[in-house]
Amino acid sequence: MTNYLVKRVLMMLVTLWIIVTLTFSLMHAIPGNPFASESDQLPEQILANLRAKYHLDEPLPVQYLMYLKNLVFLDLGPSIKSDSRSVNDMIADGFGASAWLGGQAISIAVVFGILFGIIAALNRNRTLDYVAMALAVLGVAVPSFIMAPLLINFLAIKFPLFPVATWGTWMHTVLPSLALAFGPIAIITRYMRASMIEVMNQNYIRTAEAKGIPTVLIVIKHGIRNAILPVITFLGPLIASLITGTFVVEKIFAIPGIGKYFVDGIFNRDYPVILGTTIFYSAILIVTIFLIDIAYSLIDPRIRLTKKEG
Amino acid sequence: MNQHLLTIDNLKVNFKTYGGEVQAVRGVSFHVDKGETVAIVGESGCGKSVTAQAIMGLIPNPPGRIVGGKVVFEGTEISSLPKKELLGIRGTQIGMVFQDPMTALNPTMKVGAQIVEGFVRSQKVSREEARKRAIEMLRLVGIPDPEQRVDQYPHQFSGGMRQRVVIAIALACDPKLVIADEPTTALDVTIQAQILDLLKRLQEEQQLSVVIITHDLGVVAEIAHRMVVMYAGMVVETGTVEDVFANPKHPYTWGLMRSLPRLDEEEKQRLVPIEGTPPDLFNPPVGCAFAARCDFAMEICKQQMPPTTSFGQGHEAACWLHDERAPRIEELVAAGRQA
Repeated sequence: MTNYLVKRVLMMLVTLWIIVTLTFSLMHAIPGNPFASESDQLPEQILANLRAKYHLDEPLPVQYLMYLKNLVFLDLGPSIKSDSRSVNDMIADGFGASAWLGGQAISIAVVFGILFGIIAALNRNRTLDYVAMALAVLGVAVPSFIMAPLLINFLAIKFPLFPVATWGTWMHTVLPSLALAFGPIAIITRYMRASMIEVMNQNYIRTAEAKGIPTVLIVIKHGIRNAILPVITFLGPLIASLITGTFVVEKIFAIPGIGKYFVDGIFNRDYPVILGTTIFYSAILIVTIFLIDIAYSLIDPRIRLTKKEG
Repeated sequence: MNQHLLTIDNLKVNFKTYGGEVQAVRGVSFHVDKGETVAIVGESGCGKSVTAQAIMGLIPNPPGRIVGGKVVFEGTEISSLPKKELLGIRGTQIGMVFQDPMTALNPTMKVGAQIVEGFVRSQKVSREEARKRAIEMLRLVGIPDPEQRVDQYPHQFSGGMRQRVVIAIALACDPKLVIADEPTTALDVTIQAQILDLLKRLQEEQQLSVVIITHDLGVVAEIAHRMVVMYAGMVVETGTVEDVFANPKHPYTWGLMRSLPRLDEEEKQRLVPIEGTPPDLFNPPVGCAFAARCDFAMEICKQQMPPTTSFGQGHEAACWLHDERAPRIEELVAAGRQA
């Protein structure tokens, strides 16, 4: 087991290094630079000084090695556009709000997605199934930038139950969490329905019926655990993308999360921000995938983390 | 008439499909007494498994549905019970052993928990008692090291061991009747013999009644007291195993016997298959379903259902040949029909 963990952590670091290298090269392949918008207003000397300050005058391999050196000490560098703030500061400031919203949205999506999926599966080809599937199609088809204004319109303006936007109390988190959860609920419902239908047709479900176990208990004790693996698989990327913030929903609800830095960084060619946010996202994704692999082996005893047990 | 443990009376089961309604079971009647093993024999699709599932009320509905007849267990008609009461009979009164042990066990649940799941529900016992019961059941079905095995998962068991676990599940609540649906079909031959020995031993020790469903006449000879031969959703012959083997009365049973390899033949003989295929149960024939494949079929066979003739000691067959107006079999053979 220790062996496995060491190997796994090493693999995670290698993956991360590959991501850093790729992002670094691709980023510098985009035309333009952080000072492109000011370049015709500023004298050449000032631009040269700016470039020198951020070491952009050094050859790329040197910049790359300098970045890697700082990264080892978890220093993601300064933001070029918002002077005086480091990328570390940006993430530290915004991650709390983003992660909280994301966490809430994931919880809602998992609970309701699984519930709807089970209900749909047990009522296959009947009204409840059609209703759940229609909602699921809507959830996949309607993007969050439509969903969010609709939620605001109905639950904040027509029926002022929740604040329209901004960040503060828990009440502020409800609408953005719902807006974020809507799509994932739909996807989880579909996954859960499909795998639940398959599981409920298995022979061991018939064995349980022959033991005289009521259907509800069969679903809880025999159904869910066997049907949930596809949902868990989907959760990896979902968790990573939701807790690192989303540009659209955070923008609409004016939430001080980190979602906007992903997009702003690219528009501004703010090299350290682009790299920093990408690395942060990748690191979270890699860690969640690792946790999901562990979850697999806990849920299904046939899945072993290590190849052979002694 | 004395009370049978289980009576199936004119049971009819249909399945709705896109192609129409399949009449899988078309009026099956038989009974099982206390402490006796009854084998239901027949080829694939003759309705034997459906009959077994109907006893337990396990016909998936939709598409399946019991359209006629009744199942009486210990004087109670269980085919019309509401589901809640049926749950009280499943497992505790009637246990079921399934065909494929590789898929009949939940892969994510410890075998011990699976064995006593029904027992815990009906007896409301503590965790330790349940565990003790699971170990006891594992030992009963001959699994070595039951103390360790009880906490393992099905994938850590071999096929034969899993079938023992499935049997332990069926027996965990001390049922009066066990229905075994092709319990040895998915196993290799040496394991088959072990499982049959186990079933036979348990049946004798616990005074169980067993309904065993099989297409293997060897299995029937090995463990059954009486047998019911089914064809196309109906019973064609029934009687004690000795009577039916020694003196089969229905041409279909003759066919089954002739398609068996024998060790005691003096010269090498080719196995004789039954030519043709079973009838389409979307539109079952009006007369005897076997008529189209029968060497002795007469005009009447195709037009009317044969009556059931009794030969004593419960030996019965549904065939026109035994009508007193029918020609003798010897005459038919003399006229060129193959026996």
